[in-house]
Amino acid sequence: MRVNFTVNGRPQEADDVWEGESLLYVLRERLGLPGSKNACEQGECGSCTVRLDGVPVCSCLVAAGQVEGREVVTVEGLADYAKERACGHRSPEGQDSQTGEGTELAPIQQAFIDAGAVQCGFCTPGLLVAADEMLERNPNPSDADIREALSGNLCRCTGYEKIMDAVRLAAARQGEAV
Amino acid sequence: MSTPNGTPTKLTQGAPTKGGIGESTLRPDGTLKVTGEFAYSSDMWHEDMLWGQILRSTVAHAEIVSIDTSEALALPGVYAVMTYDDLPTEVKNYGLEIQDTPVLAHGKVRHHGEPVAIVAADHPETARRAAAKIKVEYRELPVITDEASATAPDAILVHENRDDHHIGHVPHPNIVHRQPIVRGDARRAAERADFVVKGEYTFGMQDQAFLGPESGLAVPDEDGGVHLYIATQWLHSDLRQIAPVLGLPERKVRMTLSGVGGAFGGREDLSMQIHACLLALRTGKPVKIVYNRFESFFGHVHRHPAKLYYEHGATRDGKLTHVKCRIVLDGGAYASASPAVVGNASSLSIGPYVVDDVDIEAIALYTNNPPCGAMRGFGAVQACFAYEAQMDKLADAVGMDRVEFRQLNAMEQGTIMPTGQPVDSPAPVAELLRRVKAMPLPPERQWESSQGSDVRQLPGGLSNTTHGEGVVRGVGYAVGIKNVGFSEGFDDYSTAKVRMEVIGGEPVATVHTAMAEVGQGGVTVHAQIARTELGVAQVTIHPADTQVGSAGSTSASRQTYVTGGAVKNSCELVREKVLEIGRRKFGSYHPAWATAELLLEGGKVVTDGGEVLADLAEVLEGESVEVEAEWRHRPTEAFDLRTGQGFGHVQYSFAAHRAVVEVDTELGLVKVIELACAQDVGKALNPLSVVGQIQGGTIQGLGVAVMEEIIVDPVTAKVRNPSFTDYLIPTILDTPTIPVDVLELADDHAPYGLRGIGEAPTLSSTPAVLAAIRNATGLELNRTPVRPEHLTGT
Amino acid sequence: MDFLRPASWEEALAAKAEHPTAVPIAGGTDVMVEINFDHRRPEYLLDLNRVGELTDWEVGEDSVRLGASVPYTHIMEHLRGELPGLALASHTVASPQIRNRGGVGGNLGTASPAGDAHPALLAAGAEVEVESVRGSRRIPIDEFYTGVKRNALAADELIRAVHVKKADGPQQYSKVGTRNAMVIAVCAFGLALHPETRTVRTGIGSAAPTPVRAKAAEEFLNAALEEGGFWDNGKIITPSVAKQFADLCAASCNPIDDVRGTASYRRHAVGIMARRTLTWTWESYRGTAATTEGAA
Repeated sequence: MRVNFTVNGRPQEADDVWEGESLLYVLRERLGLPGSKNACEQGECGSCTVRLDGVPVCSCLVAAGQVEGREVVTVEGLADYAKERACGHRSPEGQDSQTGEGTELAPIQQAFIDAGAVQCGFCTPGLLVAADEMLERNPNPSDADIREALSGNLCRCTGYEKIMDAVRLAAARQGEAV
Repeated sequence: MSTPNGTPTKLTQGAPTKGGIGESTLRPDGTLKVTGEFAYSSDMWHEDMLWGQILRSTVAHAEIVSIDTSEALALPGVYAVMTYDDLPTEVKNYGLEIQDTPVLAHGKVRHHGEPVAIVAADHPETARRAAAKIKVEYRELPVITDEASATAPDAILVHENRDDHHIGHVPHPNIVHRQPIVRGDARRAAERADFVVKGEYTFGMQDQAFLGPESGLAVPDEDGGVHLYIATQWLHSDLRQIAPVLGLPERKVRMTLSGVGGAFGGREDLSMQIHACLLALRTGKPVKIVYNRFESFFGHVHRHPAKLYYEHGATRDGKLTHVKCRIVLDGGAYASASPAVVGNASSLSIGPYVVDDVDIEAIALYTNNPPCGAMRGFGAVQACFAYEAQMDKLADAVGMDRVEFRQLNAMEQGTIMPTGQPVDSPAPVAELLRRVKAMPLPPERQWESSQGSDVRQLPGGLSNTTHGEGVVRGVGYAVGIKNVGFSEGFDDYSTAKVRMEVIGGEPVATVHTAMAEVGQGGVTVHAQIARTELGVAQVTIHPADTQVGSAGSTSASRQTYVTGGAVKNSCELVREKVLEIGRRKFGSYHPAWATAELLLEGGKVVTDGGEVLADLAEVLEGESVEVEAEWRHRPTEAFDLRTGQGFGHVQYSFAAHRAVVEVDTELGLVKVIELACAQDVGKALNPLSVVGQIQGGTIQGLGVAVMEEIIVDPVTAKVRNPSFTDYLIPTILDTPTIPVDVLELADDHAPYGLRGIGEAPTLSSTPAVLAAIRNATGLELNRTPVRPEHLTGT
Repeated sequence: MDFLRPASWEEALAAKAEHPTAVPIAGGTDVMVEINFDHRRPEYLLDLNRVGELTDWEVGEDSVRLGASVPYTHIMEHLRGELPGLALASHTVASPQIRNRGGVGGNLGTASPAGDAHPALLAAGAEVEVESVRGSRRIPIDEFYTGVKRNALAADELIRAVHVKKADGPQQYSKVGTRNAMVIAVCAFGLALHPETRTVRTGIGSAAPTPVRAKAAEEFLNAALEEGGFWDNGKIITPSVAKQFADLCAASCNPIDDVRGTASYRRHAVGIMARRTLTWTWESYRGTAATTEGAA
């Protein structure tokens, strides 16, 4: 089947999609956007987290056919997404965010690097999408709020302490910027 | 063929500061990893690539009566189906130390999930459907599942006709390796003991559960060879095992390290490497294989489950008299790293304590359970769980404070190990314990707030099981000892190629090694070493591949020590050559070129007095310097097969933990409130990364304390929970704060005085959590992980 | 496999009538796992995401009509007052990402004994609105679960909504898992006080082949509360009454040993949860009653 939808502000079309394919597979193998990761394919790790019409979901559990006509934001588009949010508008054309090259990092991305929250990095894309959305809803989260919001994202390398540091850092920087 | 998408690129990183060792410089691959651009092995993509699929055995132990692939081959979109009969050469087995593992099952399967056939097709679903159409007829055999069934007089042999180098000294062919260690006279020493405690302990099967499943892309080359893009821990070890099975010389098997989504020991053994190469060579097309999580649980070895039998004795004044212990590790169906795990478990079995009279035995079994091998801590983890439980019991028997009892018996520099090897660098065991004990305790009842109970801070968490009812706090301590580097006489070396040249008017160093960056931050440290040694700001890290010599394994806490040592060594050789060029070009202008100690700093050649002699850009103008050199740490020797004596280890690493837990004693649910750690790291080359490693290792230890276990059916030997739904690893709501106190006491034998750090924190965290739970509940708890039914007696 | 994409409820019913084997998919949190892990290859997938009304809810006089696909996140955020037990249960579902996609219709359709919503629905009292081209009917929740992963739906029927009684008293929900988040229930317990009818209802998950009510325990407690005049005098429930209620709840379980827990632990834990949730709800009831009295 054919599926048309918007990814990171750009219209996309995937052809010859097998009906059992997930959104994750289509992004990774058909659209050249492998940033969302395939760690469990059963909704138990959060590595494939994307925003579907603004809402964080596990893209491994969304059937490709279900995204027809909908909007998806992946880690590759996170920097633009955050920038547009900061500017208060969405750029009309949508930018080429396929590679992330030349784009500034979103504050949460920079905070993950600065705080040492990235080791192997496989969980990082999903955590970034989830953490960015949480800070959008809750700019001053308590530690328990951060833990609850990120409880669907497994990380095996860091023990999560530096991820906590990163989210606190991004929240603090966000607070300073306002 | 053309280069696939996802081929790794060089990482070039400047530094706003000096960016040398000791600074918390940031990862050179950090930006790529946060933007989603960093290509992991599962992200590799090639035009016209096929998808590989493995058919695995549905039973644990059986003869294969027949395999019929005809229906699978007939399916449209299928390019190849291969079984044992299709293997191209006489070499059909592989293995890290013992080549006992069939590439595809031959006549017999020995564990649940063993590869039987492989398929290549144009879509993963086609490949799955084709694999499902392969008909395999099994005739089931009785399963060997534990020591009793393995060593029974009439036991079926898991491997007939063993000819490996351990068979001569094991008491039964279903025992892979046995290592006794006898020192002093434990029997006579026991007579001096005023208190003796005995215990039997069980350690469950833990999985590495790295997040990036096994995957890779094999691309056939024009010369009949193959190029494999792969996530592994040791490229050259893979190569050594892959090439013979393909019937190719090693130079025709090119390997490039793709992005690695964590490893923790689980990528030491081969998984899909040979299968992908076989299918690529058979079809002439690139073949990608990506395990899903279900398959990943079958696709790599696990941490050895163990039974541990201990006897400890002490005098009335609290001095240890003797230790007798027996450690039985279940190696599963294939040897993997079992022999080396046995060596570690036995030689580190009494922990970081002074005991002159010991009687130790460790064995690994062959069974029909899933194969077990390397995982962070490697044999030392299981032992630490048991000996630390024993130390608490014995302290209680003597009537001493548990920490003070440990400190009284703690080893220090100069202590003789049970193997007879002296500990010849700092061993601050008592000090580490003092430090964790001195940290302030977290406040009580943190769940209470003006709005009532915050369940997120209580046992059970979001599941709303308690608002404080039944909750009791407990505190526990543990300390551990881990060896660093490959031991027992292994020729453990690394190779580094370092190049220095001027690019765009600036001196740039390029570091090329085959080191597997699995997340640990080796690439960060290599850039730091190059900056320190060569005085440059810009460092380029070349992708790891087999175009350069071996860097050994990213295992055993060894990479910063050994490949870091190799980078340092090659940088020093480059520096000498650069200075030679300088002397040749400018020596006549300034006598200091000949007489002073010269350094490279800030992009310049300077004297040790700080006088600038030349810009590196001038020295290197029109020239480049490149050195590839091997570097090895001091040699070790094998343990004697009867007495276990020998200079077996390179270096030791120590960490101590204090765990604070809150247990819902009625429901048996645990919330770990804090896991404080103190560790000696020798020298923190990158303090941020060091703390990250300690925290990560600590939480893997927490996982196996309270939730992580692969459950194998004792009757069928089948794995019952191969998924992230039922194999649980800690979430961010299960993890506590982890304050870390880093001690830096230099080891003079090691580069920069550093100490390998990655594994030690995984050892002591589990027993500290168990001790805290015992403290809260008063229960004995002789197994890990501890489950709610153990805490409630149900 | 075919992917059916009805744009309306009527189209969905027509598609289900034409292809009774079609597997409905909404949040995908059950169906996609089975597809990804090659456990299931349905002939047809029937996507319900385009049927917008399934994510709507209406708060009526006595009950809430909850569209089958209202995500758990919305139940937590918007229906905490009307459906406190279900809101608490929703909060225990998997992860935030799953709660953003999954809804009660999926729990009911899968009818796993471990589904988190069931004990809350049983305790609150609910009816499942199902429909086919043949017509619509409402199945009382007590008659809905018919076996392990089986429910009372006919092959051509789809779940449209669930009508849950609005809370007329305190409700609680507890679930035991071996992890503090993102965990499947080892067992779960829901309890609702219904002061209007002076009854107590319960729901137990993962401790029997289907979700069940502890009816003997309910009857015992109803009688004990009535006898002691507790609904009126608002006294603390005596420990012996709470204990017997807990024991009867545990006794109403028919659990198995599996990788998530032992049968005896499940029985034990249900008893503990029964006692605790009774204490919490009753304390809350007493607090409310006291406030009401004080105000009057």
